[in-house]
Amino acid sequence: MRVWIRAAAVLGPGLPGWAASRPVLRGEAPWQEAAVALPPPPGLPATERRRTGAVVRLALAAAAEALAESGFAASALDSVFASSNGDGAVVGAILAALEEAEVAISPTQFHNSVHNAAVGYWGIAIGSTRPSVALGGFDAAFATGLMQAAAGVATSGRAALFCAYDAPMPVPLAAVRPTAFPFAAALVLVPEPAGAQAALSLGYVAEPAAEPALDGPLGALIASNPAARALPLLAALARGEAATLAFPLLEDAHLAVSVAPC
Amino acid sequence: MPPLKLAAWTAVAAMGAGRDALRAALRERRTGLAPCELPRMPAGIWVGRVAGLEQVALPPALEAFACRNNRLAELALGTDGFAGRVRAAAERLGPARIAVVLGSSTAGIEETEQAYARRGADGALPAAYRYETTHDLHALPRYVRARLGLRGPAVSVSTACTSGARSVLEAAALIAAGLADAAVVGGVDTLCRLTLHGFNALELLSPGPCRPCAADRDGICIGEAAGLMLVEPAGPRDDGAIGVLGMGASSDGHHMSSPHPEGLGAVAAMQAALDSAGLAADAIDYVNLHGTGTRANDAMEDRAVARVFGSAVPCSSTKGWSGHALGAAGALEAVISAIAVEDGFIPGCLGVREADPGFASAVAVENRTAKLRRVLSNSFGFGGNNFALVIGRLGA
Repeated sequence: MRVWIRAAAVLGPGLPGWAASRPVLRGEAPWQEAAVALPPPPGLPATERRRTGAVVRLALAAAAEALAESGFAASALDSVFASSNGDGAVVGAILAALEEAEVAISPTQFHNSVHNAAVGYWGIAIGSTRPSVALGGFDAAFATGLMQAAAGVATSGRAALFCAYDAPMPVPLAAVRPTAFPFAAALVLVPEPAGAQAALSLGYVAEPAAEPALDGPLGALIASNPAARALPLLAALARGEAATLAFPLLEDAHLAVSVAPC
Repeated sequence: MPPLKLAAWTAVAAMGAGRDALRAALRERRTGLAPCELPRMPAGIWVGRVAGLEQVALPPALEAFACRNNRLAELALGTDGFAGRVRAAAERLGPARIAVVLGSSTAGIEETEQAYARRGADGALPAAYRYETTHDLHALPRYVRARLGLRGPAVSVSTACTSGARSVLEAAALIAAGLADAAVVGGVDTLCRLTLHGFNALELLSPGPCRPCAADRDGICIGEAAGLMLVEPAGPRDDGAIGVLGMGASSDGHHMSSPHPEGLGAVAAMQAALDSAGLAADAIDYVNLHGTGTRANDAMEDRAVARVFGSAVPCSSTKGWSGHALGAAGALEAVISAIAVEDGFIPGCLGVREADPGFASAVAVENRTAKLRRVLSNSFGFGGNNFALVIGRLGA
């Protein structure tokens, strides 16, 4: 399966956007730990903007950056969002509220609890009626989402925005699903090489694989957030280098990815 | 899109487990809805509960996956010989060539609700609680994949109430891209307090059995269900068999929980499904509505259906039997659509004496027989997510 990458985006600790992070991803500037700033999402009407929490803002910031980098009109792209934890803050707050003597859940809280909340707000923000999907995937949410986004682009012939995002869970879920920091990565995938930065070949292999490694402090981020599993691919893109990467999908399977600059 | 053959299909819902039980309930107009007897739920509501679910055991080797949702998946795998048919396909194609792509809105979150109720003095969840194999969305496809001995891709889809239907498109992409030769698709969703209290907060729950398309409809009954299908690319020798002929997705881009009032997203999804099947609207003989029973959804859907199909194509919702099975609804209704085509049978909306006189579409409120070549099934969800499937006779 073959697709092309037209644009990339990243948002994580010490990685405040693609342009600012490229020197770090290329190994030309040191990675410095810094909290992730989550801007209010542009494009949303004020009433909707007020209803968005940190997780939605995280996903929409990366999605908006990739869209802007791609130069495409928002309405030109299908959307594939993938997340292991979804909006843990919202789900955790509802679970806690269900234990109160008087159960009081707000309608906004409830509709924000669905796994496709982020991609739903994205559609509202960009005014898009194009198809959108939200996927899970536990530790392999990034690789599973990339596989589905690429399969969709390769078989439909339509470009897609792929966004993987995850954020820390609240107490007490944090103890059973540790996630150290917020992280999001986004790619604009296209079915043809025109205007692309890199070619991507992907295959499903029913054999186990170890998570691809990355030298230095960036490598230490990989295991601490499912979306940070994107880092080895982002680093290859930033460096403009060819790379062959094996992303675990399940204990007995992986996604074989080859990336090569155009 | 190239059509897919339904090589096996089954469903379990409140009105019955398996195709024969479902078709008997539909023909005899027996609802599966009943007053809610589950503890700590909103007062005075009706639900579509699957009988005997609590007694379903998982194999000891997969006990870590035990939760209400995976019990329902287990029940469905054992129905209509579904697991056996998948295993036979795995012998033919190889276990690594069969994907598992399943939808759910809440997966095993009911297990987490129970764990919250048993938190220790320090607030921590009990030591026996397992997040990864119950609450996590991927727990459902992982369980089904392991239970069936498959080695192909596992994908968890969660687009609220379109999840079960949308899974078919994700699987079709994997098959068309050459990553799989067949796929187990569908959805499983189970009753939990998060969902029931959430819909209660939205004031959308009916105090009795839901009555989609009635003039005095008063809301949703939530149900639980599993719908499972084994899909494979259809060949010329499959002509006359039942398959997925087309699919269409769209987004409203309008509001998180209210549909676009004119149903523009719904129209776009239905039109995209017809286009992908290469069919005109008059090739559809029956529309299985999303038809939740809320004032807003049913009015929006009526306008959208009338815009695409005019007022001649009969349509109805089967949620009066099952309740709204959320992330499994689209999969359950795909199976009901397949039964409708098989039997040449339209199930008229249950508990509805006459359709809303303001509706422009041809709502059926009584059962009738009809030659059905093709059925279009709608699913709409929070986040403005829309999906339509065309189920029918291959090559017809």
